Amino acid sequence: MITSFILRALEGRIIVAVAVLLAVAVLVPAANLLTPPDSALHIPTYAVSLMGKYLCYALLALALDLVWGYCGILSLGHGAFFALGGYAMGMYLMRQIGSRGVYGNPELPDFMVFLNWKELPWFWHGMDMFWFAMLMVLVVPGLLAFIFGWFAFRSRVNGVYLSIITQAMTYALLLAFFRNDMGFGGNNGLTDYKEILGFSVQADGTRAVLFALSAIMLSLCLIISSGIVRSKFGKVLVGVRDAESRVRFLGFRVENIKLFTFVVSAMMAGIAGALFVPQVGIINPGEFAPANSIEVVVWTAVGGRGTLIGPIIGAILVNGGKSFFTGAFPEAWLYALGALFIGVTLFLPKGIVGTIQARTSGRRAMKAAVEAEKGRTETPAATPIQAAE
Amino acid sequence: MLHQFFRLILTVFAVCAVSFTAAAQSDPKTLFNELGKADFKQAEVLIGQLAASGDPRVVPALEAFSEGDLYARKSDGAVFITKASGANLALIDPLSGETAGEAPKGAMNKLKINNSLRRVIRSALGGLTLLSPDRNVRLEAADAVLRSPSAENLDLVEAALAKETDREVKARMEEARAASVLSSDRSLDEKRAAIETVASLGGRGAVSILMTASGALDPALKPDVDRAIGKIESTLAFWDMGQNIWYGVSLGSVLLLAAIGLAITFGVMGIINMAHGEMVMIGAYATFMVQEVIRTSAPHLFDWSLAIAVPVAFLITGAIGLVIERGVIRFLYGRPLETLLATWGISLILQQLIRTIFGPTNREVGNPSWMSGSFPLGGLSITWNRLWIVAFSLSIFFGLLLLMKRSAFGLQMRAVTQNRRMASSMGIRTAWVDAFTFALGSGIAGIAGVALSQIDNVSPNLGQSYIIDSFMVVVFGGVGNLWGTLVGALSLGVLNKFLEPSVGAVLGKILVLVLIILFIQKRPRGLFALKGRAIEA
Repeated sequence: MITSFILRALEGRIIVAVAVLLAVAVLVPAANLLTPPDSALHIPTYAVSLMGKYLCYALLALALDLVWGYCGILSLGHGAFFALGGYAMGMYLMRQIGSRGVYGNPELPDFMVFLNWKELPWFWHGMDMFWFAMLMVLVVPGLLAFIFGWFAFRSRVNGVYLSIITQAMTYALLLAFFRNDMGFGGNNGLTDYKEILGFSVQADGTRAVLFALSAIMLSLCLIISSGIVRSKFGKVLVGVRDAESRVRFLGFRVENIKLFTFVVSAMMAGIAGALFVPQVGIINPGEFAPANSIEVVVWTAVGGRGTLIGPIIGAILVNGGKSFFTGAFPEAWLYALGALFIGVTLFLPKGIVGTIQARTSGRRAMKAAVEAEKGRTETPAATPIQAAE
Repeated sequence: MLHQFFRLILTVFAVCAVSFTAAAQSDPKTLFNELGKADFKQAEVLIGQLAASGDPRVVPALEAFSEGDLYARKSDGAVFITKASGANLALIDPLSGETAGEAPKGAMNKLKINNSLRRVIRSALGGLTLLSPDRNVRLEAADAVLRSPSAENLDLVEAALAKETDREVKARMEEARAASVLSSDRSLDEKRAAIETVASLGGRGAVSILMTASGALDPALKPDVDRAIGKIESTLAFWDMGQNIWYGVSLGSVLLLAAIGLAITFGVMGIINMAHGEMVMIGAYATFMVQEVIRTSAPHLFDWSLAIAVPVAFLITGAIGLVIERGVIRFLYGRPLETLLATWGISLILQQLIRTIFGPTNREVGNPSWMSGSFPLGGLSITWNRLWIVAFSLSIFFGLLLLMKRSAFGLQMRAVTQNRRMASSMGIRTAWVDAFTFALGSGIAGIAGVALSQIDNVSPNLGQSYIIDSFMVVVFGGVGNLWGTLVGALSLGVLNKFLEPSVGAVLGKILVLVLIILFIQKRPRGLFALKGRAIEA
């Protein structure tokens, strides 16, 4: 069953994407570690970390695409799952600092010593064990998504309302994590990491491995997502997106379908956050900002929602553009981003990949020379997507 | 042995001094000169005698004494009020207030003062000025006695009370008398009545008077005191609640202001306008610009700046809204989630635009004189700017309601909302109704910005801080219903302020957000949901 799941997942474009990702996972670290610094092929470590960051964002966008592109849930709070995964990883990394912190306390992270806390809060226990922390990376976002979705989908909150309350969720978490009493470092978040599994987080080798892991995790999640959307379950999922009531009348439990997808997506976002933190070196409450979550939506929209590969391309393109603009014309970045939001929604509603897809399928239809067939594919193929809203 | 002898001498001397001053009681001048030689104990007695003289002329000198400005001349022991004048001290006669030359500091002895003496002086002054011919001074004096009541003043207060004719002063003196009675040795019944009088005063002051008095009181009076304190505290709790409600209403009116434009664009038209907050922000900047122009060209109009800014802000933001609707939103009708993204993009651009023009820092927007200050109402203290904002937001709300229900435009707006195609068939130009409705919503957001510029920092991020709250209000109140927005805003405001004292501001806000999320589960269409089949589609 698992083999058939994987076989179905590895359809044409996905194979290509996974192959590219795996090649990148090998080549970029190799170019960083094996070539001399003055070689034309050398990739400096900061660039490796930067690209690793983009891959984490791509994973986050992929997670969002699963719920938005295939299930019609526009989550404006996916940044919260990302940040929670990041905090779980950050807590592990904080515990690894041990007595090398400024205050040299072997048990408590610096900020707790600073706040005059005497012992570790209960939720910090066990976070010094890698396997437990990694479990939390999946469990915490998954649990939040489960509780939130269980309530929301059962009472049939959907469309715009769902978007607004997911935004309220991440906003509430933002406010909560800013509080010092929460025990997550307040305003400053968690930073100053020393090592991960005994390897220094600053070392080139660790960075390269983290990068490779990000690429591998991204391809793994891509295969899983692809498997989900190409299974029978995936067909129902698209049905939920396009005509929720009809699917319900056919006897499917729509809320369970949505809940499953939402939780899987949240867990993927959590993984993305966990990989993000050691590469960037900090996690703070700013990651919960509603604006961040909305930005993820635009990556997905630019690449093309409901295509799985599109969001990955979108995330990398937009973030690459952001790095370029904020370096070259810092004033202009927000204009560019704003224009991107407007331009994509007005002129590229299907995103880059979606538009290319529509073109190629349009050409195929033309070859078939069936006039009616052609008419249907050329009128905005977005009709089913519209209906979802 | 020698020791005891000395002590005896000292005692005799003290007794002599007191009896001597008692003889010269009628002359304040002599009493003051005595003060120059007296120790703390004797000074207390002397101050009592000065007070008993009832002579208002001794007031400035006693005040100077408590300030440490009273000096005795070394050569003859005469006492003067002094003022520093270069290296010398300017001397002032303690009674007449006339200048009496200067003296070097070395030729004068400062009269020593300590806190217990200051207390004596304060209550003596309270008693003294009770007889002043000036009504306001008497009122102040009664207040002073009330603040630090003592048995010594009782006779004086009663004497003043007998002569008093002014109603307000008389009432205050009654209270002062009651407070003094509590620390005197009057009869139980009299004290019981006094407790009642003090209790009727109310406020934290009365509680502290009763608290301090209760230690020395007869145990028989204990239940009376406890009952009185309990009564006052329950009144205080009542006013505290009133204050909380007022703060809540004030916060609610701010939320209402921010949300009411959204109630039109989101509630009536179904457009998720994420650039709504930026309209508020631009309204605030419009106020700033109007004030700048007034400052440079017509400063006398400054008190009118807000009245001028309201139409200016409305026109600017309304025009921007019209452009946004014609340029972007009209292509996205029926796709609310994509409208959300496009308007978010617009909000980013507008923010950055304002940042480019006005810079990223806060801009100073002044308060007109009629908006500053506060006034008491019962146990509440109400600031004028909050009161104006409450009044302003309510008047905008009702104005809008009137527009929706009573004008031709409102009728068309409702017709298009309810059945677009039918409205179109009846000859309504739906596209223009859409455009102007959106412009109206944006314009109202701009007006809200004028009001919010008075209580918030005017920075490019102003709008961001309101957008989520505004959405919460509209969703909580029920989409498509202006009354829902009103009730939603006020109840969220009050809820917030009631949670604040017990759990803190941030946690209170988080709780409110969580409560709204839970509430949406229960009533997905908000407090006042529109009913009908069209809504479900």
